[in-house]
Amino acid sequence: MITVTFEGADGSRITTKARPGTTLMEAARAASVPGILAECGGACSCSTCHVYVAPDFFDLLEPAGEMELDLLDFAWEPDPASSRLSCQIVLNEALEGLVARVPERQG
Amino acid sequence: MKPIVIIGAGQAGLALAAKLRALGCETPIKLIGAEPAPPYQRPPLSKKYMFGELDRERLYLRPETFYAENAIELITGTCVAAIEAAEKIVVLDDGTRIAASQIALCTGADPIRLPAAIGGDLAGVYTMRNLADADAMADEFRPGARVLIVGGGYIGLEAAAVAAAKGLQVTLVEMAPRILARVACAETATWFKALHQSHGVDIREGIGLSELTGKGGRVARARLSDGSDIEADFVVVGIGVRPGVALAEAAGLAIENGIRTDAFGAASAPGIWAAGDCASFPFQGCRIRLESVPNAIDQAEAVAAAMLGQGAPYVAKPWFWSDQFDVKLQIAGLNTGHDRVIVRQGDKLGTVSHWYFAGTRLLAVDAMNDPRAYMTAKRWIEAGQSPEPASLADPAIPLKSVPLAAPQTELAEAP
Repeated sequence: MITVTFEGADGSRITTKARPGTTLMEAARAASVPGILAECGGACSCSTCHVYVAPDFFDLLEPAGEMELDLLDFAWEPDPASSRLSCQIVLNEALEGLVARVPERQG
Repeated sequence: MKPIVIIGAGQAGLALAAKLRALGCETPIKLIGAEPAPPYQRPPLSKKYMFGELDRERLYLRPETFYAENAIELITGTCVAAIEAAEKIVVLDDGTRIAASQIALCTGADPIRLPAAIGGDLAGVYTMRNLADADAMADEFRPGARVLIVGGGYIGLEAAAVAAAKGLQVTLVEMAPRILARVACAETATWFKALHQSHGVDIREGIGLSELTGKGGRVARARLSDGSDIEADFVVVGIGVRPGVALAEAAGLAIENGIRTDAFGAASAPGIWAAGDCASFPFQGCRIRLESVPNAIDQAEAVAAAMLGQGAPYVAKPWFWSDQFDVKLQIAGLNTGHDRVIVRQGDKLGTVSHWYFAGTRLLAVDAMNDPRAYMTAKRWIEAGQSPEPASLADPAIPLKSVPLAAPQTELAEAP
């Protein structure tokens, strides 16, 4: 299991464990992390699971695809150096301890 | 304390229960589902799940532990037999009577089935709605198998796309003159028809199914309305859904293309609410019913707040998506009442968007592999803004530079 932590915009923290091969969005949903709406359920069709990934981990991620990059452009206050759609982050051992910040709002 | 009883444990029922707890509600909650599985996502059933790219467990919206941790009593595999509206009593099919403080109907929609008289009850004939449907037909998706898809709406097209991608021989019949006739413009239908044909799907428009016949109780052939016969190893029926109103109707609640609710989600009897695919509600001076996950979630959350006396009128922001082959379709808005469609080529090869207008007012967009068009349109529609159509049609003008038309005032009073 992989431990990940979500930081709310209000500073609250939720730490949870997820199976390798599942996505960061699924971990957030399972733990009922506020602010991760994931309306499309992980189909990369909305942008309501946007998170900011801490720099140490951001560079370890598979690069975002075109669809994700386009959707991120329209997310709430995107940051090219840390913004990702959490449904596109597949968890693996290298991401143990990942910290993601939840934006103030989605869209 | 009498519980809040939520009937229907799909996306809306779960969202409603979760929102009640998030808002601090301490009333016991019973969430009752007819299916054996805990609340799960339906959209992947005709997409990733059918491809075997998503385990069953990953369809579940919450882990089992969530329900106990949140004091939500999840009762699966249980049908509700009746509601006694005046007393707010829910009667389960085993005769158990539950006196509720409030009741929410999240009963979804049921696929329309082919009549038994034309072979609808033969083995090998499927609808695509539930996990059980998807599991039952999974073994049929073998390379080389011949599948007949009845109905050229989004469900039928998604099933056709999965089947074609898995190497099946796919024939799709649509009774209307074209596919997507009820939901999209001719431009979008033509675009998707070409996509499917390029992947070998045999699309026959203006042709209905007359009868399915079988061997030993299992479907084998289809007679089409043009008199032709085709052989089929199995059949997927995607001819629409009906809102799940039976319980509400029997309880004497008002029905109007779904369970009739006011802007807060209240049905026609005090303390009874409805949300999701089963509910019809006021929208821009009309009454609509939406079949979509985002609406199920948003409306259910609005109803949760209303049940606690913190409600605000629900303002739907309709949007939809579909995945077929390598194409992502995103739809913002509702195209009902459009009188023209502007076609805008996207920045990248194979991307295009179709913009629906009523006069100069933007109603909706279908964006094919063009998330920028979709997101831009969604914002404009939600803000009540409309791009100037001639500029929109010119791909040389970047979307962000397309001027907005002067804000439209509703018919002004005569001076």
